[in-house]
Amino acid sequence: MASSTGVKPSDGVANRSGHEPDERGHFGRYGGRFVPEALVAALDELAAAYEKARHDDEFLGELDRLHRDYTGRPSPLTDAPKLGEHAGGARILLKREDLNHTGSHKINNVLGQALLTKRMGKKRVIAETGAGQHGVATATACALLDLECVVYMGEVDTARQALNVARMRLLGATVIPVRTGSRTLKDAINEALRDWVTNVDSTHYLLGTVAGPHPFPVMVRDFHRVIGMEAREQVLERTGRLPDVVAACVGGGSNAIGIFHAFIDDPSVRLIGFEPGGDGIETGRHGATLAEGSPGALHGAMSYLLQDEDGQTSESYSISAGLDYPGVGPEHALLKDIGRAEYQPVTDAEAMEAFALLSRTEGIIPAIESAHAVAGAVRLGRELGPDATILVNVSGRGDKDVDTAAKWFGMIAEGESAEDADGTAIADGGRA
Amino acid sequence: MTVSDVFTRCAAQGRGALVGYLPAGFPTVDGSVDLISAMVDGGCDLVEVGIPYSDPVMDGPTIQAAAETALRAGVRLRDVFTVVERVAAAGGSAVVMTYYNPVLRYGVDAFARDLAAAGGLGVITPDLIPDEADEWLAASTAHGLDRIFLVAPSSTEERIASTVAACTGFVYATSIMGVTGARDSVADVAPEIVARTRPHTRLPIGVGLGVRSGEQAAQVASFADAVIVGSAFVSAATDRGTDGVHDLAAELADGVRRAGVPAPA
Repeated sequence: MASSTGVKPSDGVANRSGHEPDERGHFGRYGGRFVPEALVAALDELAAAYEKARHDDEFLGELDRLHRDYTGRPSPLTDAPKLGEHAGGARILLKREDLNHTGSHKINNVLGQALLTKRMGKKRVIAETGAGQHGVATATACALLDLECVVYMGEVDTARQALNVARMRLLGATVIPVRTGSRTLKDAINEALRDWVTNVDSTHYLLGTVAGPHPFPVMVRDFHRVIGMEAREQVLERTGRLPDVVAACVGGGSNAIGIFHAFIDDPSVRLIGFEPGGDGIETGRHGATLAEGSPGALHGAMSYLLQDEDGQTSESYSISAGLDYPGVGPEHALLKDIGRAEYQPVTDAEAMEAFALLSRTEGIIPAIESAHAVAGAVRLGRELGPDATILVNVSGRGDKDVDTAAKWFGMIAEGESAEDADGTAIADGGRA
Repeated sequence: MTVSDVFTRCAAQGRGALVGYLPAGFPTVDGSVDLISAMVDGGCDLVEVGIPYSDPVMDGPTIQAAAETALRAGVRLRDVFTVVERVAAAGGSAVVMTYYNPVLRYGVDAFARDLAAAGGLGVITPDLIPDEADEWLAASTAHGLDRIFLVAPSSTEERIASTVAACTGFVYATSIMGVTGARDSVADVAPEIVARTRPHTRLPIGVGLGVRSGEQAAQVASFADAVIVGSAFVSAATDRGTDGVHDLAAELADGVRRAGVPAPA
């Protein structure tokens, strides 16, 4: 598995991609900083610290060392021939970010930002989390690097991802259930921003996706560029050519931008992001921000968002807590507008079918988030046929989702669930 | 009447201005007009009519709850124009306080046009910094609205200078690092941010975040040109309706009169 790549995780940080925002973080009309003035000094400090670190061999070397010895990079590329049989015979290649330490791509960004936190002399880290993948990765990095860690998580999500709440607490983090608004990821970000405004001198907000005010979208992207850089080399080595399609799920969009970026300048490669279609676009219960939303400012950046005609944020819905978000990163908004990437919805039912299919055919249980990308790849394979090669980013593993899946498929009766017995207690207890 | 006239009138009386905030549509559209009228009757010189927003990241629990109440009761963006119009018709002076996305969605120029037509004097924008405000600068100029940006204790000298250069009417200094909400004491950094802002502008400087009593109002008015009160009015409205709002305004108005005017810088 460690075979191929001559890619270093720091390459995406040290070397410019050729697709940079302007000086103030604008990707076309998107991005920028729509934030209270109180946060501007901290954002400037972060941007300066990041810019300095990008040219610092000690920082880059430490990032590479941690990703090799701790994360387990490079992550492998796995052929999925039996899945391919269900996808029109297309060749499906899985980029295995699920095999990273902590079980998802999130660690790529978290280790980078945690190292930056140390360099800025801050001792306290706050983070938002939806499914808990980013929260777990942040709690992990904070344990490793001796940082205080507070994670905000919507109460709906602490219930449906109770296992990850317990993991964060085991790692020494404080998990604060957020009871405002829709009680999901959007509201967790609101609470984290309120905390940051109040404690900005001592605290770094370790934002988990390519959204938010500048420099987060560009910095988080750079920390994830390793995914696509590795995958591009691995696919070329394995197949002798570029893939026809790169598929990834899109909530905020970090794993998607990470794998897309290495292929932006390859015009033959279609980049397709799969958004949560929830109960179906026509029901209004979904989180398909790019497919169904419109431009606006939310959580510090201009991008697409789900909103009503008065500019109030609409509640998103997805079975996947990590995709249940009414906003999206600004670079995706630009990629959509210029037609370089496409964004399509995948419903809960399609995602869960793919979740089961990948588990049964290849022995890989994906995160429900990633199952959206798998479902999209199966759909595309059926359209494109056996000559197609589709690269899919398996952004996370599905251990955290077993309870949800067991209920979905009726494998355990309601009331037998571990979540019902213990989950509520895990979510609400132990705040001290 | 302009924002500048409001401050001139207060200064002529040898005192700072009292600025009070309440959200439009809280608890209903008519109810908010009554509450704001009570605020004006009690002695508020300038009112901030808030636009309830789904994701108010600068607001603490009190104003969040009021916004949720208003939104659940069905308040629409256009209702803010009705509220402003009725407050202005009753002789009040009103600016609007709003997060930026509702303005963007309505159309920045259309919003400025309709607010000006309703008799609104300006807009306070807690999540819009001048760096991103080209469209708003143009629209506010075109329709004669004051634009009130915020400075914060964390602002650098350069940012204070560039922010106040973009302001008209007055400058809003956030007295603490944090979200809105009444506090027991006025933060030590409040006089400091005012003192740091003074050399950069001749505009009046208002201080907000945390004030809830006449005593605090007097304290703030000793170094600032306006005392801005929000959460305490929301709490007063929740507890005792128009009477509560009227009494609080009277107490705070007495506070700003006790303090006199800040010593010239």
